Amino acid sequence: MDLLMLFWSFFQIGLFSIGGGYAALPLIKNQIVDINGWLSLDGFADLVTITEMTPGPIIINSATFVGMQVAGFPGALASTLGCVTSPCIIVSIIAYFYFKYKELPVVKSVLAMLRPAVVALITSAGISIIVLAIWGEHGFSLNTGNINFISVVLYAAAVFVIRKFKLNHILVIICCGVIGGVVHAFS
Amino acid sequence: MKKPHKGMICLDRKSKLYLTLFTSTFYISAVTFGSGYVIIPIMKKRFVDELNWIDEDEMLNLIAVAQSSPGVMTVNASLLIGYRIAGRFGAFVTVLGSVLPPLVTISIVSMFYDAFCDNAVVRAVLMGMQAGVSAVISDVVFKLAANVVKEKQALSLFVMIGAFIATFYIKINVVLIIMFCIILGVLKSLFVKGESGN
Repeated sequence: MDLLMLFWSFFQIGLFSIGGGYAALPLIKNQIVDINGWLSLDGFADLVTITEMTPGPIIINSATFVGMQVAGFPGALASTLGCVTSPCIIVSIIAYFYFKYKELPVVKSVLAMLRPAVVALITSAGISIIVLAIWGEHGFSLNTGNINFISVVLYAAAVFVIRKFKLNHILVIICCGVIGGVVHAFS
Repeated sequence: MKKPHKGMICLDRKSKLYLTLFTSTFYISAVTFGSGYVIIPIMKKRFVDELNWIDEDEMLNLIAVAQSSPGVMTVNASLLIGYRIAGRFGAFVTVLGSVLPPLVTISIVSMFYDAFCDNAVVRAVLMGMQAGVSAVISDVVFKLAANVVKEKQALSLFVMIGAFIATFYIKINVVLIIMFCIILGVLKSLFVKGESGN
């Protein structure tokens, strides 16, 4: 029964969340805390911390976390499957139309207007992530006390290495993590 | 593993193709934090810049479609990229690749999450990785924006700057921005070129 409820809850979350992970958080809270009572509000705060601290999409992270808490690994599987099912069906339908009609003038014109907007959205999210990496949760400020200098150095070094040597980006990210850990251990 | 050259995806190399699709989405999902817009630049870097399997315009189209659909944007984008490159099974492989890492990571983390959250070394490693992710994004963003500027299309430039101000400073709902661009695109095709969009 739990498994079915988990699947159904996250099916709805997957279906109604448009605009990425952070936009889905209120929806997730509504399902998990208010409707089903799977987590307390404190537990939900923990969930947000963990989903932000660990890699991976926020919705899938939340689904796995809640599933594990409620019904162990089968629960994690049920809720993750739930939040992926509905979008996959809808995207498949949209993809069918996209690949069929992408050469139509009106569709081309719409896509040409969407492309610069997508660039802007990526830029905006990118700046938020850079600010988070360098200034931490307090956000941008002129107070140099909040700046994490290890992150600044890592960031600058990584940008240099990527642009100059075209190194594999995943390797660069993992190296940054290792260096961050090592620097911490020795300071 | 030898990288396939531009457009030279031979049929007899199908299993290799699926494997590359799987490992690419798996690695990206395993090391990238935050929302879809953080993961997508890294996908762009992999599939457009490194593998040359999709061109930049098409990638941005796919992202726009992924963004306009409900659900997890990363999974949507993975599905579209997989489908575009290797059909239905390709889509299945990329979705699996992008869902597995968080499923495994979070399952393990949630078993002892108090110890995980309070561990200073874990925090330091994650902070370091975040700096690395920021660097990759900066690189991608810089190239993408430079290409829009290079097009020298006043309307594209206007949309890019306007959309940036709208999300970053005014924090308008992204759905509204997408809808505005769709309407703008339809109007443009109706009036500017005099073409009807049947």
